[in-house]
Amino acid sequence: MSKKLLLDKINVPGIKTFEVYRREGGYQSVEKALKMQTGDIVEEVKKSGLRGRGGAGFPTGLKWSFLAKPEGVARYLVCNADESEPGTFKDRYLMEFIPHLLIEGMITSSFALGSNVSYIYIRGEYDWVADILQAALDEAKQNGFLGKNILGSGFDCEVYLYRGAGAYICGEETALLESLEGKRGLPRIKPPFPAVKGVWGCPTVVNNVETICAVVPIINEGGDAYAKIGVGKSTGTKLISACGNINKPGVYEIDMTISVEEFIYSDEYCGGIANGKRLKACIPGGSSVPILPANLLLKTAKGEPRLMNYESLADGGFITGSSMGSGGFIVLDEDQCVVRHTYTISRFYHHESCGQCSPCREGTGWLEKIFKKIETGKGEMKDIDLLWDVQRRIEGNTICPFGDAAAWPVAAAIRHFRDEFEWHVLNPEECLVRNFGLAHYADALEAVTS
Amino acid sequence: MPEEQEQLFTITIDGVTIEVPKGTTILNAARQIGPSVAPPAMCYYSKLEGSGGKCRTCLVEVAAGSTKDPRPMPKLVASCRTEVMDGMIVKNVTSEKAIDARHGIVEYLLINHPLDCPICDQAGECYLQDLSYNNGEVGTRYEFKRRTFVREDIGPYIQLHMTRCILCYRCLMVADQLTDSRTQGILLRGDASEISTYISKAIDNDFSGNMIDVCPVGALTDRTYRFKNRVWFLKPVDAHRDCDKCCGKVTLWNRGEEVFRVTSRKDPWGEVQIIDGKAAWICNTCRFEKKKTDDWIIDGPTKIDRHSVISTNHYVEKVIPPDPLKEVLFGREPLLLMDIQETSEVNSQDIDLSILPGPATSTTFIERDEQKEIEEADAERLAINDHKKP
Repeated sequence: MSKKLLLDKINVPGIKTFEVYRREGGYQSVEKALKMQTGDIVEEVKKSGLRGRGGAGFPTGLKWSFLAKPEGVARYLVCNADESEPGTFKDRYLMEFIPHLLIEGMITSSFALGSNVSYIYIRGEYDWVADILQAALDEAKQNGFLGKNILGSGFDCEVYLYRGAGAYICGEETALLESLEGKRGLPRIKPPFPAVKGVWGCPTVVNNVETICAVVPIINEGGDAYAKIGVGKSTGTKLISACGNINKPGVYEIDMTISVEEFIYSDEYCGGIANGKRLKACIPGGSSVPILPANLLLKTAKGEPRLMNYESLADGGFITGSSMGSGGFIVLDEDQCVVRHTYTISRFYHHESCGQCSPCREGTGWLEKIFKKIETGKGEMKDIDLLWDVQRRIEGNTICPFGDAAAWPVAAAIRHFRDEFEWHVLNPEECLVRNFGLAHYADALEAVTS
Repeated sequence: MPEEQEQLFTITIDGVTIEVPKGTTILNAARQIGPSVAPPAMCYYSKLEGSGGKCRTCLVEVAAGSTKDPRPMPKLVASCRTEVMDGMIVKNVTSEKAIDARHGIVEYLLINHPLDCPICDQAGECYLQDLSYNNGEVGTRYEFKRRTFVREDIGPYIQLHMTRCILCYRCLMVADQLTDSRTQGILLRGDASEISTYISKAIDNDFSGNMIDVCPVGALTDRTYRFKNRVWFLKPVDAHRDCDKCCGKVTLWNRGEEVFRVTSRKDPWGEVQIIDGKAAWICNTCRFEKKKTDDWIIDGPTKIDRHSVISTNHYVEKVIPPDPLKEVLFGREPLLLMDIQETSEVNSQDIDLSILPGPATSTTFIERDEQKEIEEADAERLAINDHKKP
């Protein structure tokens, strides 16, 4: 049983209320931080090696130190709670069951960054979570942790909850800022980066919910203690939201030293594949990262066991590896059809494309239509090559990473499961009634699991 | 007191080095060199603040970021929004990656753009026509349904044909920056998004007509000119009048004595000219209501660099880069429209067209050069016969 930093108190009855949360040792980090120098807090976060939990994995301390500090200009902290990646639901779990942890992290981080007004941008669909968070914010304010002169330190901080209108693209930080300003949620062209020119044209830091929550244990226990957990540059604990064909779907806090095999098969975590089926493939970091077949998922191309951390999951690049992403762990068993699965993902990205830049606007729709053609048994061999060509010309040519996110799953599906695509083309009637199954991946899998 | 020296950055684009002031974008630096290295731009409009970055046709490869940090940039960058750094090395037409990406972009843009050029008023001065001529594929690989819209009259002067729109957002910027209030906007998102005035409200503003000028395709057209004539049959004439709303300096498009349409004066990049330090936008009165020659004081014929249907001046070479095109085209010479000058006698410069009795055709010259041709044919035959001899 690994150490839990974020979820250890989650089962305490009434932890949603300020009273219970405070009794369980909550808001200690605020008290501690307000006595520290702001530079020391940033230094502590740097030492902890905390990496952004939203998907890109950029070191948080470094991001904080990039924040421009011109005289007389307000600085802002924005919490990105627009968790819309299919397969990722860790932030909702935190906000729904232990909302004060996020608020505590917000106050501490706001103090470190010198932000007197901070925002939590929550996705529109989380309406009940927004109510929970708002209630918690009100409680925190009543108890003097928000507002003017917090705990007599002279530091003023207001945290506002802002509800999005339900767009995936608003999870991209600059689109989020546009939406926060009340405009259309279109990603900005970078540079300037938000650290220089963010919300209302002022320097802004945008962090994921889990990142901000992780600041709390870092301040409480010190950056060095946090850095000791985990391995290499993957320090601390990470929330993984596991779903798909597994026995125990849910949110798990892991310390990034366990192997993928242990995570899927041990009873502590996912509890194996449901219904006694076999593992076919897995998306380890939310829908936008490349899918991996079972043999490459459990072992890297070098034959080493793959671990649940940033480096190991990315081992082999996108050719034989994938990415930690936002921690949405989607498991596919032998009955799942990769073509249909990727079609679903493409349909999502087509629906969510903001339409600002042309490759993404036109390309995602095109991808979806080709997938539909292949999946419904009307595909031709040239369509597979066309899919490859279309995704290749979207990737890297767009304003924001959305284009990459739409292209990577398609590229990986064709790279690893091309025979399944070809089977769809060659058996147009059969593909409507049955799935491709494990094919030759079964052999590789048995060799790994035995 | 000596003026503070403006900081100059050295930038190399396709092998041509130029010094530009700090803060210039790559695209503008390339335009200073000349049309042969300037990346195409569908959404960027130098006179509109905040434009650019959306169409991605101007993507270029940055082979070296700067003298200080000579690493190449990992991705292609949008040259219209990327500022130059000292010692930057940029590859545009010499970069296979950039050319390939541009071909992709053209294909994407043409997915939902109708091929109605034969009946489109923009044909002949259309940016997309120009772009796909230079960078397009032979055919499309798209075989699904295309998005279509019903044509919409927005106000008495402008018609919106959303089917043709490539969503460059320029018309929104005109509304934001030239007029008092913006009445049109983008509805929906992704490939379903459309420019609309919402419940078809009419756009009624003195400067709204400039939207037609900035539209790179035929999505916004002049209702007073629709289907009246083809652009290439009209003769552009510079003219001016005293106008209390705008500068009054325009281009008239005449056929004979009749004024068919009025537009603002365009620079070689198809953008509105800067006259007396200000962009010469024109008002709706000048554009739509003054269609008589008497209304105007003629300044003389518009000076256009020698070019054909396409107005962006790709074919007049000012500075010739060290032959990068051959490299890209696998040793082939560029087959551009104006190369016809070199091969066709009709357009060759040494013939005085005024002495011909009617419009010149290529057969006009056949008789004149008949004797020469016969001689050449004889010489050729002799050469073949010589070759056959053992």
